[in-house]
Amino acid sequence: MKRDGDMTLSTPKIKSSGIIVEYDGKRALHGIDLDIYPNEVTALIGPSGCGKSTFLRCINRMNDVIDNCKVSGRLMIDDTDVYDPEIDVVELRARVGMVFQKPNPFPKSIYDNVAYGPRIHGLTENKDDMDRIVKKSLKRAGLWDEVRERLDDKALGLSGGQQQRLCIARAIAVNPEILLMDEPCSALDPIATSIIEELINELRERFTIVIVTHSMQQAARVSQKTGYFHLGNIIEYGETNDIFTRPKNEQTEAYISGRIG
Amino acid sequence: MVEKKHIVTAFDEDLTTLNDMMARMGALAETQLFASTEALIARNPSGLDDIIKRDKELDDLEALLNEKVIEIIALRAPRAEDLRRVIVALKVASTLERIGDLAKNIAKRNKVILGTTVKTQMLPSIRTMTSMVLKMLNKTLDAYVEVDAVTALDVMEADIEVDKLNTVVFQSLIEEMSSDQEQLKIGPHLLFVTKNIERIGDHITGIAEQIYFLHHGEMPDKTRPKADQSSSIALS
Ligand SMILES: Nc1ncnc2c1ncn2[C@@H]1O[C@H](COP(=O)(O)OP(=O)(O)OP(=O)(O)O)[C@@H](O)[C@H]1O
Ligand SMILES: [Mg+2]
Repeated sequence: MKRDGDMTLSTPKIKSSGIIVEYDGKRALHGIDLDIYPNEVTALIGPSGCGKSTFLRCINRMNDVIDNCKVSGRLMIDDTDVYDPEIDVVELRARVGMVFQKPNPFPKSIYDNVAYGPRIHGLTENKDDMDRIVKKSLKRAGLWDEVRERLDDKALGLSGGQQQRLCIARAIAVNPEILLMDEPCSALDPIATSIIEELINELRERFTIVIVTHSMQQAARVSQKTGYFHLGNIIEYGETNDIFTRPKNEQTEAYISGRIG
Repeated sequence: MVEKKHIVTAFDEDLTTLNDMMARMGALAETQLFASTEALIARNPSGLDDIIKRDKELDDLEALLNEKVIEIIALRAPRAEDLRRVIVALKVASTLERIGDLAKNIAKRNKVILGTTVKTQMLPSIRTMTSMVLKMLNKTLDAYVEVDAVTALDVMEADIEVDKLNTVVFQSLIEEMSSDQEQLKIGPHLLFVTKNIERIGDHITGIAEQIYFLHHGEMPDKTRPKADQSSSIALS
């Protein structure tokens, strides 16, 4: 796809070229070309079933675990070809963290939830180092002050919004480069949502963030770029400000203004 | 204009209500302007007080429209052309209210003019100016509903003729005053009457620009020449 001149300032962090995804031979994505830029939030919007989650899962090869799913095309993260058969998928997932729609902490303590990633990736053996990683991650996720006194409590005892921030802390504990978020606020109340949105805005200094959301307002609030998906194609992609004020495509306009398309 | 209907039908109803309110304001502004200059032409001051009183109706309609816009923004979170439409509605309503004020001012001055026995030769020109401006207003109000940017550009073009005529009338009124002392009783008021009509033309042009913006998402090129030279005319 063609991009506006002002979008070529930096090199893309993620480069999707002709990504096709099939479930049982039926196409869910028809060849996605999309450049995602570093230290920005890119929002993916579009009607249910258009392939947003499918595309997101291509970025960290989460589609691999779905038996009937076949991915073709090329997806680059910096100079890494994500679908290179030689690639270590575990290592890839350390570079690309993911936060899901429903907060899904492990049934363990708050501490262990955050320490889990660093442990399996062997980031450290040392207790003091681990304490430091846990604290830093919880701080970045904006949860530290609320849980510092009860790190050994069960994570499932936290509120939904706190659980989601814990999942963000867990995702960033392994120091990923990219954070994928699939409707991270859809189970949260407006206050918890605002807290997460503010957090996303802070996190983008360190991470490249791709967020799928059904809330137009959320996409408008948190992202710098927006991509509109429809029936497995990317219809329009550009500056969020332009997409929500002067979309070029009629289908985009119809979707964002809640018209029957 | 985006033709497709909103999934939330109440949103479409809101936008229709907004258009209806605007149509009422537009019709009233037209009537006010027409009636105030017709009274002068016909030398019949009987309706002028009513015109002055009715201006409040325009103010009230504008207030209602403002409330509606705030409600739409709060409840429907309009985007893209929808958002432009409600913002433009605010501006257009405020402009129509200003046009109403100018029509009221014309009515007040015509009361003074008709309170004398002094006659001017400029009535046909004033009538022409008024009908030019009324035609612009009429086209603009239709273009607003249709989001017709082509007609909007026509209207901007037409304003140039109004400006030209105003320059001529201004010159003639000065000459009338300089050749006949009696004319000083009404001449200054007539200058304001014609200036007000010319200003109304400018306001309508402003509305036309908003229609262009509504359609295109950007303002038209602002390089059109100004044809009203009256501000640089002196008695020779
Ligand atoms: N595991 C699967 N097996 C078969 N088909 C699937 C599977 N996952 C997704 N699909 C199909 O792929 C298409 C895209 O689905 P996807 O979940 O990516 O959409 P989405 O845009 O994320 O929708 P939503 O907004 O509802 O989450 C849909 O037609 C869906 O039915
Ligand atoms: Mg999904």
